[in-house]
Amino acid sequence: MASGVKPRVKVPKKASAGDTITIKTLISHKMESGQRKDKSGNVIPRSIINRFTCEFNGETVIDVNIEPAISTNPFFEFEAKVPESGEFVFTWYDDDGDVYTTSKKIEAS
Amino acid sequence: MNAAKKLASACALAAFVTTPALAGPDDDNLMINDEINMVTETAAPAHLQDVLDTIYSGWRFRTDETQALQIDDFENPAMIFVDQALDLFNTVDGTEGKSCASCHENGPEQFAGLSASMPKVIDGKLTTMEDLLNGHRAAAMGAEPWKWSGANMQAMVALIGLQSRGMPMDVAIDGEAAPFWEKGKEMYYTRYGQLELSCANCHEDSYGMMIRADHLSQGQINGFPTYRLKQAKLISRHNRFRGCIRDTRAHTFAEGSDEFRALELYVASRSNGLSVETPAVRQ
Amino acid sequence: MQLTRRDTLALGLGAAALTLLPFRASASVEDKISAFTGGATVGEGDITLTAPEIAENGNTVPIEVEAPGAVSIMVLAAGNPNPDVATFNFGPLAGSHAASTRIRLAGTQDVVAVAKLADGSFIQASSTVKVTIGGCGG
Repeated sequence: MASGVKPRVKVPKKASAGDTITIKTLISHKMESGQRKDKSGNVIPRSIINRFTCEFNGETVIDVNIEPAISTNPFFEFEAKVPESGEFVFTWYDDDGDVYTTSKKIEAS
Repeated sequence: MNAAKKLASACALAAFVTTPALAGPDDDNLMINDEINMVTETAAPAHLQDVLDTIYSGWRFRTDETQALQIDDFENPAMIFVDQALDLFNTVDGTEGKSCASCHENGPEQFAGLSASMPKVIDGKLTTMEDLLNGHRAAAMGAEPWKWSGANMQAMVALIGLQSRGMPMDVAIDGEAAPFWEKGKEMYYTRYGQLELSCANCHEDSYGMMIRADHLSQGQINGFPTYRLKQAKLISRHNRFRGCIRDTRAHTFAEGSDEFRALELYVASRSNGLSVETPAVRQ
Repeated sequence: MQLTRRDTLALGLGAAALTLLPFRASASVEDKISAFTGGATVGEGDITLTAPEIAENGNTVPIEVEAPGAVSIMVLAAGNPNPDVATFNFGPLAGSHAASTRIRLAGTQDVVAVAKLADGSFIQASSTVKVTIGGCGG
């Protein structure tokens, strides 16, 4: 699934130090559940993103264990504290060992 | 969901249980990204005035939860495919060593308004966006054609369509377009399949009612390609036509057939006046 | 379960939906919960699970969980072939102990959220989601 996986993340560019901000993330992924069968009746093997993490300057905001019941093109929305200026790092872990990462800077005043 | 909204939807549910015929479009207003106000209800275009007073976007027939997916581009799962199309726009493909951007230096933004007028007659041929894209891929890029409902094709149709978002649908139905439009209109009112259903039976005569658990819309196509939750990907106009005709238990037409081009023109003309919503989100 | 007309009308009023349709959690769900809690008793408390009463398509059902002070929140779908959905673990920079996502539901069923609080206790909430089987759209 390494090709065509595309993360999309919404983080405000600026905040006041100590603010709580809302983050939204989407990533393109089939999230093949392992429950479906193909036309000849064979089970289509599971292939999902099994973990998603968000860190800010190295500290954890949220760490999600993901199961096959999460929808195709997984979406997460959550809140984060912004103690200072820095960088959010978002990481998605694929069953096949691939890791997709994107980051967003935020300026705290 | 706040308490008032919860109560309102509870009442709607009670209405559905007792009097299904009363459930029409809702009264919600579609504002995208807090800045683009969409026309989801307007007077029917002149050619429809014998049969409909008002046309409504399909968005108005969906539940609050489905509607919410379209009001913010970071909620809308279709936008990840629009992002992919932006990458494709800049990717070299074919024997000429060109990308879309090689010729269209100002980016997809230069196509603002184009999708609102499609399909249209070009050099005597009724032309859809898919035709335009494959035509340019062949002539300018020396690239293989994309499959009609393929992921790359519909992502690119969505990217070009997005440039017209918020503009009113305005396809021409007169002049050279007239014979194609007449053919599409005839198809719209033709009963297909073992169930003997025409497009009009569901989407003109019965919109607002329930077909089993499905809330029938007017079948407008101003939001296509549309991210359908059922398939969890972008769905082309012709794919949806095919699905509808298949559900009447008929042999259906092929995607990219002249029949579906004509039907696309006619159905698009029924949306004239509604905002382009591409890429919309539906059930 | 037989629904009387009165029950159906009451269901229409929404508020009582939870108590009216107590879909029994399967043994598997109970096992998942006790694995999460280590066998501790699960109480009620300040935990909110927001889910639609009716989902137009079971492929993409938006849910939100919130439990102030939670270390982690596990979500289960009691009627899915595999009830596991996700577990949200909140770090020191979590702005709230809440998260939204979109889940798959194989049919009408209870969605269950169990939160582990900082003091090691557990609380639970659940919500019934009706998944419609469409005409053409479903």
